[in-house]
Amino acid sequence: MYGSGILAGLGVTLKHFVDSYVDDLKFLGQRYYNSTALNQRQGTRGKGVFTVQFPEEKLETPERFRFIPFLLYDEKPDGTHEDRCTSCGICAKVCPPQCIWIKRSNDPVTGRPVPQPAAFYIDIDICMNCGYCAEYCPFDAIKMDHDYELASFDRTSAHIFDKQKLDKPVAYYASLRPTDYAAEEKVRAEEEAKKAAKKADAASKAAAPAAA
Amino acid sequence: MSATAPPVAAAPANLVEHFPAGVVADTRKGYEGYVVGAGQLLEVAGAIRDKLGYNYLSSVTGVDYPESNQIEVVYHAYKTNGGPGLNFKVQADRNDPIVPSLVGLYPGAEFQEREIFDMYGVRFDGHPDLRRILMWDGFAGYPLRKDWKEPFFEEDLKPFASRWPGGDVRRSEELDPFGANVQYPPQFDPYEWTPETDTAIYKLIQPKAGNGNGGHLKTDKLIVNIGPQHPSTHGVFRMVVVLDGETVVDLKPVMGYLHRNHEKIGERNTFLQNMPYTDRLDYLASMSNNHAYALSVERLMGVKVPERAEYLRVLMVELTRICSHMWAIGFLLNDLGAFQTPALYAIKEREFILDLFEATAGSRMMCNYMRFGGVSRDLPAALRDGNTMDFLRDLVNNRLSYAIDELDRFLTHSEILRLRCIGVGVLPAEKAIAYSAAGPLLRASGVDYDLRRADPYSIYDRFDFDVCTRPNGDVYDRYLVRIDEMRESVRICQQVVAGMPTGGEILAGKPQYNVRVPAGESYGRVENPKGELGFYVVSNGKTNPWRYHVRAPSFVNLTLLGEVCKGHKIADVVVILGSIDIVLGEVDR
Repeated sequence: MYGSGILAGLGVTLKHFVDSYVDDLKFLGQRYYNSTALNQRQGTRGKGVFTVQFPEEKLETPERFRFIPFLLYDEKPDGTHEDRCTSCGICAKVCPPQCIWIKRSNDPVTGRPVPQPAAFYIDIDICMNCGYCAEYCPFDAIKMDHDYELASFDRTSAHIFDKQKLDKPVAYYASLRPTDYAAEEKVRAEEEAKKAAKKADAASKAAAPAAA
Repeated sequence: MSATAPPVAAAPANLVEHFPAGVVADTRKGYEGYVVGAGQLLEVAGAIRDKLGYNYLSSVTGVDYPESNQIEVVYHAYKTNGGPGLNFKVQADRNDPIVPSLVGLYPGAEFQEREIFDMYGVRFDGHPDLRRILMWDGFAGYPLRKDWKEPFFEEDLKPFASRWPGGDVRRSEELDPFGANVQYPPQFDPYEWTPETDTAIYKLIQPKAGNGNGGHLKTDKLIVNIGPQHPSTHGVFRMVVVLDGETVVDLKPVMGYLHRNHEKIGERNTFLQNMPYTDRLDYLASMSNNHAYALSVERLMGVKVPERAEYLRVLMVELTRICSHMWAIGFLLNDLGAFQTPALYAIKEREFILDLFEATAGSRMMCNYMRFGGVSRDLPAALRDGNTMDFLRDLVNNRLSYAIDELDRFLTHSEILRLRCIGVGVLPAEKAIAYSAAGPLLRASGVDYDLRRADPYSIYDRFDFDVCTRPNGDVYDRYLVRIDEMRESVRICQQVVAGMPTGGEILAGKPQYNVRVPAGESYGRVENPKGELGFYVVSNGKTNPWRYHVRAPSFVNLTLLGEVCKGHKIADVVVILGSIDIVLGEVDR
């Protein structure tokens, strides 16, 4: 029959329409601001069309989501901060748009470089969020953030992040990416143990000839 | 549809045997193919096409070698019935490069030769319309020549020395202030300038316009500029159309509005730094772009990709194909005037796929997922609030095929769609091959050419799938081929999910941030959703590529736009453009 194709198509539209409301009824009274509903309705079993009420409610970003790097520091028991960055420059070298500037600090007495950055800048207007800096950093010192709401009123002054703005505690990273953090800590612990075992081994070897 | 057996991999023909005079094998280390004398080019290329059967000219590009004072034009020709390609080159004097044009033999070379003219200043003898294509008239110099430097030039190669250990930060705008960030050719005054290119186009197409259509109505010819920012088209793209009444007499695409000299940036970058830039080419199919670039560099490096990484790559690439075809269909309907509803239904399932990309690679569209010798990350253990593998199984076994069926039910038999699409923009098979059309465009014309089958790469030889073709070559068939291909992609994904090895390496060797790539040339190509995507990479043994060329399917597919649109109504032009499915990020590069 001529026109049956259009009718069949309209049937699909109608189905989408009905589906949306059936699902709405299922979550009656708790349609918004409810993470179960959000997950279920956005999930593979969800039907119909569903609107997330941004910015009042936001979809959770997955752990690996990457947006603008930040620098990590360890908090020592005495309250001081210790940078993980050793200013080796790998992140600045691997950065595709070259948006990282690192100033290496030198020992005032000997003049030799010390493993700590004197300054660290990232131009977030240039950063392309590729995540290479975090991927290739050998010290887990730079990681990608989740904070994507960076709009500001003055791009000329606010968009070059300096070290103060980039520095964030390791605990923040652990809350952002628990899985990655756990895996990295495991590797760290293993390496520490290996180092300790080597030291102990060397110490016992050194002690052995003395005993003999 | 047809399921042809994989062709027997025959060695490429030996050109020296056929042409002892004027052709020598390229003996430089790591190079392949033949060097043809400029005088013999037409004769040799004619024989390559007609006698040896290399009827498909995939890529034409230039390379600058200032040391030997030469500019080389590199051709890659293939057979549409499969097998390895033939690579031949012409060397021209850098001071006055002239090369005979191959447009007469392979019309698909038209835009690519214009691009070489634009970027290298090589003049193609016998080219019907040799004008700049991506740059404007007020642009000084040939940007891809090695001695050309941009006004805000910092250094030849990355990484730049100012970044570390000095770390003297400057905003790029301070280095590159407004007014000083352009170079004009001598005697060029931008305030007095009238666009010559436009006058040239009008001159070029005007004489062909008829005076009235010969019918009982007297009609006037009219030049209409569609674009550069036509709503519902696919980006900043312009079509100059000559109309006779409502009928299109001639059409010239004008592009380059989104040009950023991707290839120059690519030659400044290190090999690895190019990977995230490839995402920005066809931004709807970043995984495929990654794959093609990784393949071409891996060929030079000679690394073997671990099993699980291959499976992950194929999974991601096929899911990308589904996304991209969904977009293409949704936007085709937009172009037809069915605004928004079909497009939104089509991209509904895309959310799931992009969620998977985001959870795995960290970004929805700019994935930057693949590395040389593997992929960057394995699948996450959990996605949203469930197990990733459960999510994936649910997606490929139920959800996607259901969505494709629904789209099929929604659109395929709609009388309005059929009326607007059947018989519109017909592209016969011979013409499609001659114009180097690729992808769904080529297969909808009945040419059984899919790189996954014709020149298998990665692990595609292990999967059971059909190459989808349709016989008529009109807009409707292109739509149908896309629907069919999505089904085949789902089939491949199902096999990948079922057969994926659990655990194991995902990256061969240690992750390296700066790789030295052995000297040589390599042309890696994949079947992108839009067509054949190729990366021609030349390495001189250092950490930055000497030449980095993108054979973009959208760009080459546009060569035939004018040809296909002739004789149709103005309203059909947008639909035909929609059915070619271009992405301007890739056209303009």
